[in-house]
Amino acid sequence: MTVILPAQDIANLITAQFPQAVIEFDNQAVVIKSEFLLKVADFLKNNQALSFNYLTDLTAVDYYDYFEVVYHLSSLEQNKILTLKVRCCDRNNLQLPSVTHFWKGADFMEREIFDLLGISFLGHPNLKRILLWEDFSGHPLRKYYLQ
Amino acid sequence: MSLNTEQFILNIGPSHPSTHGVFRMKATMDGEVIVELEPVFGYLHRGIEKLAEQRTYTGIIPLTDRLDYLSAMSNNLAHCIAVEKLAGIQVPERAEYLRVILAELQRIASHLIAAGALLNDCGAFMTPILYMLREREKILDLFEMVSGQRLTYSYIRPGGLAQDVPAEFLPALQKVVTDLPHFFDEYDQLLKENEILLARSKGVGILTREMAINTSASGPVLRASGIKWDIRKADPYSIYDRFQFEVPTGKAGDCYDRYWVRMLEMRQSLRIVEQAIQQMPAAGDIQTKVPALIRPPVGEIYSRTEVPKGELGFYIVSDNSIAPYRYHIRGPSLLNLTALRDMIVGWKIADAILIFGSIDICMGEVDR
Repeated sequence: MTVILPAQDIANLITAQFPQAVIEFDNQAVVIKSEFLLKVADFLKNNQALSFNYLTDLTAVDYYDYFEVVYHLSSLEQNKILTLKVRCCDRNNLQLPSVTHFWKGADFMEREIFDLLGISFLGHPNLKRILLWEDFSGHPLRKYYLQ
Repeated sequence: MSLNTEQFILNIGPSHPSTHGVFRMKATMDGEVIVELEPVFGYLHRGIEKLAEQRTYTGIIPLTDRLDYLSAMSNNLAHCIAVEKLAGIQVPERAEYLRVILAELQRIASHLIAAGALLNDCGAFMTPILYMLREREKILDLFEMVSGQRLTYSYIRPGGLAQDVPAEFLPALQKVVTDLPHFFDEYDQLLKENEILLARSKGVGILTREMAINTSASGPVLRASGIKWDIRKADPYSIYDRFQFEVPTGKAGDCYDRYWVRMLEMRQSLRIVEQAIQQMPAAGDIQTKVPALIRPPVGEIYSRTEVPKGELGFYIVSDNSIAPYRYHIRGPSLLNLTALRDMIVGWKIADAILIFGSIDICMGEVDR
């Protein structure tokens, strides 16, 4: 049975490494600051005791005030899963570092978020639209999108 | 003596019989060898995630049919399990068993297409796939009996099933279950040690263990690379913890292993169906009372199930209204394509068709 890691435990683990990183956590997910994303990703993936080597899912949600990018990370050996979130608050400059360097599986998922929600991932090897055509304007999954 | 060659770009697809839908491979060729490849898709994009934001939770079910349309029953189940978890709905015992039976039959039907189409890509044109379609028809007949549809069932609903199965379903199911092992043996006799299949697929398109994990591959593609990972075992949903079955894995991670893992999985699915028929209560409710408009409490869920092609996950954010605030689909077909470039580069064009076919994708799920 998969162990869903309590957000409290993950928050404690991350805070022990990077005291400034965690913004808040509820019973499901931990929200971290975007500038710590790569460091936390490196820690979660490469720490022997954690080894979150499998990016299960990556998506984003438009909450009007901010965009939330949601990472579901799994460890196949230890059968654990956790939810990590990062927020982008500036609607005019939506940027996050890409995690393709750690999980190659993020490639298409980040492109999809870029395509449908308009968040740019810095350092992505091939960031362009994936489902819609190149000269399409707008990002349909944004809440303000009107046809 | 070395020949000077000039590289050129070759478009394979989007409309080509061996791309299994509208999929395009932009291949840079050096003679017959592929040196670079870019998968291009989106031709079948219908905006299902956006459409779902304007539909009720029951109204989304027909949309899930149109994800991977070769395994609509499994998609219905995956969606309903996510909604049930989110809204706290219990499912009656008899419905759980029928769901498992249908989902496993769907797995067999989908794998039959995958294996048959792979042989088609191999050059064994039409003969093997017709043998496979013959058996798939019998499973589709069962689905038609319960839902009236042959492809887009919309039969599994939050809280149970649309209606009980007709009286003639169980005898017909029993006949299919009794006959199938014989046909599996027939396939093995035809194909398992077939010289053409072995020569074409052994050692071709290897996906290493590390690469499979790193690229978020799932389902038979992941298992063929030697990783024993099946959501039915790792994170049991519905009533899968009540059944005995094995998780077959491959060793090499080549095209043959992906084919062979599917053939073994079909036998395991049949084992589950047999056990479910044995354990299923003869009568009882098939649907709990759920409100006509489901309003799950504010919250979010990531729910995953093992569909024929891999891990199908739904990330649903609810704002306590009748429609989801955000409905994200994690399709196994899309993510299994992430490793496509690395698997194909260095192989000849005829092998590329086979490697692509061995991943077994459905464009409805890639493009959504």
